[in-house]
Amino acid sequence: MSDALCFGGGVKTQLIAVVVMWQWLKQLYHRLGSPKWFYEITTGWIPWLAVLSVVGTVVGLVMGLLYAPADYLQGNSFRIIYIHVPAALLAQSAFMMMAVAGAVYLIWRMKMAAWVAKVIAPVGASFCLIALLTGAIWGKPTWGTWWVWDARLTSMLLLLFLYFGVMALQQAMESEDSAYRAGAILSLVGLVNIPIIKYSVEWWNTLHQPATLKLTEKPSMHPDMLIPLLIMIVTTYVFFALLIILRTRNEILWHERKRSWVKQILES
Amino acid sequence: MSLVTATIRRDLLLAARNPGEWLNPLMFFLMVAALFPLAVDPDPTFLSKIAGGVIWVAALLATLLSLDALYKADVDDGSLEQWLASGESLYAMSLGKALVHWCISGLPLTLMAPVLGLMLALPEDAYWALILSLAVGTPVLSLLGAVGAALTAGVRSGGLLLSLLILPLYIPVLIFAASAVYHAGIGMAWNGQIGFLGAMLALALCLTPFASAAALKLNLSR
Repeated sequence: MSDALCFGGGVKTQLIAVVVMWQWLKQLYHRLGSPKWFYEITTGWIPWLAVLSVVGTVVGLVMGLLYAPADYLQGNSFRIIYIHVPAALLAQSAFMMMAVAGAVYLIWRMKMAAWVAKVIAPVGASFCLIALLTGAIWGKPTWGTWWVWDARLTSMLLLLFLYFGVMALQQAMESEDSAYRAGAILSLVGLVNIPIIKYSVEWWNTLHQPATLKLTEKPSMHPDMLIPLLIMIVTTYVFFALLIILRTRNEILWHERKRSWVKQILES
Repeated sequence: MSLVTATIRRDLLLAARNPGEWLNPLMFFLMVAALFPLAVDPDPTFLSKIAGGVIWVAALLATLLSLDALYKADVDDGSLEQWLASGESLYAMSLGKALVHWCISGLPLTLMAPVLGLMLALPEDAYWALILSLAVGTPVLSLLGAVGAALTAGVRSGGLLLSLLILPLYIPVLIFAASAVYHAGIGMAWNGQIGFLGAMLALALCLTPFASAAALKLNLSR
């Protein structure tokens, strides 16, 4: 009997916890929808994010370029991994974020989400380009050629094309609202297609080394090489967050330029 | 008669009375495929190796060419507003439009392809693979393309933009279809590739009309 009561109590507290969390998430969501709140709260974050990305880049690159041991097969040329892998990871997750933000705009018409989706596109495309360029530079000493029609190279190239498509579509639209919505629809269609493209080109041709990092497996890298890589990955995400926040703040200022709070900021 | 079947009937009738609509992409298909022997190498042993891929690339480009007009007239003459006002399901409507597009582009391409196969020295074993891959693959092209057509319907000179948006999405179909034809030509199993194409068709049938419907509504707000 007492066991049952205890159990019942446990469920009740859990329920309350879930409800409280749900309320908190809802509140956060409503706040995120307010450009003013976002602008004010991120003002304090920018210096921290900037310092973190500079320190992380310096530490990660110094560790990776100077202290990590050379690869027994690829020698020093493998060190480009410290740029290549973070950029490639980010390019893929940025597309996902863009599509999710687009979906939020399509469903709930949250203006902030549309602005975030809009500012992610060029940043994601740039990281995609960086990943492709560093991949080409890495390919020259390793495979003896700048470009091969390998599965992962090809799927990154197609990801870049998808980014270009979203950007071109947004620019072609006359009204701002339809630009956001069209971009969101296309990025959602692209999101469904990314795994299909990925697996079809993988099946078609593979030369690229298997993924260095997998969440489900123990890393095959030596810790001396791995730790700088992890630092670089985290730093790249921080840098990305900084870029997105800065660009979103610009969008906010532009779109809300007639509001009194923006006028006050601009005057001071 | 429901609005959807009426629209399908109207569009098929329009295509029948205006043959250029479906003949021009077909001629384009022939011409593009004829460029390859001229530009690369007319040697039959070489051609038989690339025939499947060339026919598929030509089919893909011909499909793109005819997509541009899919929703243009409906946006311009106000039919789109009438559909939206009618309360008819836009999902069914975009499915119907994609079906019509397949009937006037994918179907003739599929029927025409064996002729091109002859001209490009396609290996004899590969004909069924070519026809089957086109029959299963071109509806996917029409369905995905309809999303792009709906997105760019209101954009001036949307044709080039449409190709930019849609071509990356066509890659998986191209890979599996061309590989089915190639493997059939060298005497290997090709049913797996057709299976993948079928899976893509099932997925595209279920999901793309949602995207098309959402994209069609965009054309009202401008």
